[in-house]
Amino acid sequence: MRNQLKNIVRVTGIGALTFLANPGIAFGAEADGAALYDMYCVQCHGTQGNGKGINASHINVQPRSHIDKGEMSARSDAELFKVIAEGGPAINKSVLMPAWRHNLNESEIEALVAHLRKLCCEN
Amino acid sequence: MNVTNLASIASALVAAAALVTAAPTQAFADAESILQSQCASCHALQAPVNNIAKSERLSRIAPPLHFAGNKYNRDWLVSWLSNPSPIHPAGYFPQRHIINTGDGDTLDTDVRFAHPTLSTAEADTVATALMLLKSKSALIEADTYQPGTVAMRMGVMDFRRFKGCDACHQDSTTSGGLSGPLLYNSARRLQAAYLSSFILNPVAWDPNTVMPVLEMNEPAVHKLVHYLMMLEE
Ligand code: HEC
Ligand code: HEC
Ligand code: HEC
Repeated sequence: MRNQLKNIVRVTGIGALTFLANPGIAFGAEADGAALYDMYCVQCHGTQGNGKGINASHINVQPRSHIDKGEMSARSDAELFKVIAEGGPAINKSVLMPAWRHNLNESEIEALVAHLRKLCCEN
Repeated sequence: MNVTNLASIASALVAAAALVTAAPTQAFADAESILQSQCASCHALQAPVNNIAKSERLSRIAPPLHFAGNKYNRDWLVSWLSNPSPIHPAGYFPQRHIINTGDGDTLDTDVRFAHPTLSTAEADTVATALMLLKSKSALIEADTYQPGTVAMRMGVMDFRRFKGCDACHQDSTTSGGLSGPLLYNSARRLQAAYLSSFILNPVAWDPNTVMPVLEMNEPAVHKLVHYLMMLEE
């Protein structure tokens, strides 16, 4: 592990170290919504969930801000589950929001719904 | 699923056996020892036996190479290993390189690309050894892609507008998202059957992939592959 750490630093520079030192990123026995969000969703929805990820400027439709309390409160948990599992078109939204049901199992999607609720409404 | 697993284990064993038996020359033994001593610390050279937890992807350092022989063109491997350059514009796991500006994310430009570089002779023998790693031959055999063409303008619209691939991938040096590997050198770098099979079902290649399954039928996938194969760098 120590050797691997050295290697990570060699290849990726400082970024890796801060990442590894971040205690928020770890999976417990239960599916961890925050870690799953980091792995799959942050690339478009952003580290803050504000819809401004590194890909956002390359997408014709702005990814939803998950910290927008008004918009997010208008959705039921069932709708959030549906759009994550089946993609944008399932709730009449853009295909640019992909379907994740092949990458994620049900309990992982449920963990993501719970994480979205934290992002929008517990700050 | 079990069948696929068994098949990939079996082909990994065959590949491993091939490495052992086909190593009469010193060059080959050298390649094997380079792989083990200089590459295995970052790259998986063997297929995982069981499905592994999602957390594996977060700690993974580099792309798996246990299906290198099902994926790369040998000539590309030789030239890349002796002169490596970035393939993932934002690093293999972009989240490690993101700076949150307060108003959206940008990439940390302090992160420099560095990769071990081999001499041309080493690259040549290491490429030969890598091309024997074929843990996913069953997927390639099941693939139905036949070479073909598509009108360039349609290909561009399909990749960017209709399928949204450009949210995550660059199809030119100036266009496309940053989280996925760049694809404008696909024809030189990757085998057509790999492109086809991976786009159809990335999860079959890697259960912990970060690419979503885009739920397309085979003809739709094949049109995208025609487009990628027609791109010039
Ligand atoms: C390729 C970029 C991309 C990725 C990756 C992505 N999304 Fe999205 N997402 C979008 C876009 C674009 C929209 C806006 C769609 C629209 O408004 O028509 C969206 C919308 C949404 C919505 C809002 C639907 C609504 O209007 O109420 C939710 C919820 C959502 N995404 C969750 C997720 C989750 C969870 C993940 C990770 C598993 C994820 N997204 C990954 C691009 C993405
Ligand atoms: C310190 C960790 C590290 C070591 C050691 C290392 N690599 Fe890599 N390698 C990486 C990373 C990270 C990438 C992804 C770079 C990118 O995509 O921009 C990569 C990419 C590659 C690729 C292209 C993969 C793809 O599909 O994108 C090949 C082939 C490769 N390495 C072969 C080797 C070989 C052969 C060795 C041993 C001589 C080796 N690597 C040693 C970290 C490493
Ligand atoms: C949400 C972002 C995202 C979208 C949308 C996406 N990809 Fe990917 N793609 C990735 C990532 C990330 C990888 C690298 C695999 C990994 O790291 O898990 C990848 C890998 C690939 C590869 C294999 C390349 C390699 O080096 O192994 C191909 C080919 C590909 N994608 C094509 C496409 C096509 C065609 C589309 C549109 C139909 C598409 N992708 C949509 C993120 C995406």
